Amino acid sequence: MKLEGKKTLWKEYQKEIASDNYFYARSCIRQNFFPASETTFLRVLREELGKTIHEDARHTTCTGIVYHSDLVTIETTMTVIARQFSLMTQSGYLNYVASCITSFGLYTEILDMWEHFPEMEQKAREMLWKATKREFEKPKSLAHASDIIYKFRNEIAAKSKYKLINLNTGQPLKVVEHIGCHYSKMFPHKGIGGAEYPYVLVGMIEAFGGEVVDYPERRHCCGFGFRQYIVKANRGFSIASSRKKFESMTPYKPDFILTNCPGCPYFLDRWQYAISEMEGITYGENGHGIPVLTYEELTGIVLGYNPWDLGLQTHQVAVEPLLDKIGIPYDLSQKYLGSDGEFIGKPEKPSVLKVY
Amino acid sequence: MAKDFGYTISCDRQIDFDKLSRSMYLEVKKAEPSVDACISCGTCAATCTAGQFTDFSLRKFILLLRRGDSLSVIQSIDKCMLCGKCQLVCPMGVNTRGLIYSIQVISRRIECRNRRVVNKM
Repeated sequence: MKLEGKKTLWKEYQKEIASDNYFYARSCIRQNFFPASETTFLRVLREELGKTIHEDARHTTCTGIVYHSDLVTIETTMTVIARQFSLMTQSGYLNYVASCITSFGLYTEILDMWEHFPEMEQKAREMLWKATKREFEKPKSLAHASDIIYKFRNEIAAKSKYKLINLNTGQPLKVVEHIGCHYSKMFPHKGIGGAEYPYVLVGMIEAFGGEVVDYPERRHCCGFGFRQYIVKANRGFSIASSRKKFESMTPYKPDFILTNCPGCPYFLDRWQYAISEMEGITYGENGHGIPVLTYEELTGIVLGYNPWDLGLQTHQVAVEPLLDKIGIPYDLSQKYLGSDGEFIGKPEKPSVLKVY
Repeated sequence: MAKDFGYTISCDRQIDFDKLSRSMYLEVKKAEPSVDACISCGTCAATCTAGQFTDFSLRKFILLLRRGDSLSVIQSIDKCMLCGKCQLVCPMGVNTRGLIYSIQVISRRIECRNRRVVNKM
């Protein structure tokens, strides 16, 4: 292919991302699953990149979990989302940034629906006014938080203290990237690289010095699908999806998995424990699992933040082997101490999966 | 001992055509073209006498053949007693009795073919 042609074609897979003045909406579940990720995102943007990012404590769920579980109507969902937009409008911002992939997908879906059915937007405005006496403007730009890190990946790489290089071999670390389904599978033109060539995490990995692993089940869902895990009897489908991915990626010996969704890192991390307990199988080196990171944790790691400030002690799969490979120092005696030095509790040791 | 979390890991139901082949379905379709009209409604399976006592289900077998899983069909097709009740109820007019007979004949042909290959080895 001619280089000019390739560049023209690739332009179709790009999206506009605002460069400053963001309104940030946190995720319902990420603060429980990976508690330091969102804080790290804000820290990187404010302290490393000098950007303005505002959040409002009054914002709520986007209703994504109940919407995808068929428990609320579209009218409820769009009114809640309209309220989120009204908080953004009230704060004087127009660049909306969602921490959660499902929220990002849902905001995109609602904005797309309003574009095609303006009467639904009018209905949302009326319902919001009746319920709260609030009004809103639609965001000028809507981005997922990983889009923002992607946009500034080279600036972050320039400030980084560590590269994704294996200290022992001198070779780039092999990284599996896993994109949340709601990022670009529903609205491909809203994600960097579309549904076929999602580049948002690949761009970060390459900028930070790693090497991306391509494997057969790369685009397979992690199994987080809401109906699969909310009903206990369906969890067999969820864990089967994760296992399918692990079996497909293991021959390529990845050093870690990078994700940009609330559910994917949680399930890819915790299911490794469940599979090891149910079948006695582990997928990493020497009885360990394959560490799973959020993109904020990875950013914090390369910037040299303390691993325990990044919340890496809350992972089921031990991240210490990865830290050793990169050459990041850590103090095991501090692992289970909170920011105030108080002991936060230590999980039980799994019977099969090796941990530190 | 494996831990019990209250659920098990579901089996993979991916249809992998590197491992499976639709050739038997195509052979069956040649012998009994009406199979193409099947909409997998399951009326045949609901009325089947053999199905009351065994896991025999014509609906399932047609689906398996279409997916290329011939082996499962070959192993169970002889449970049919060719009573023809399924033919009376099929809303699509599939010649089900003729279909099952064709599958039985083709299954035996495939078994003979496989045996000859094994003997040659």
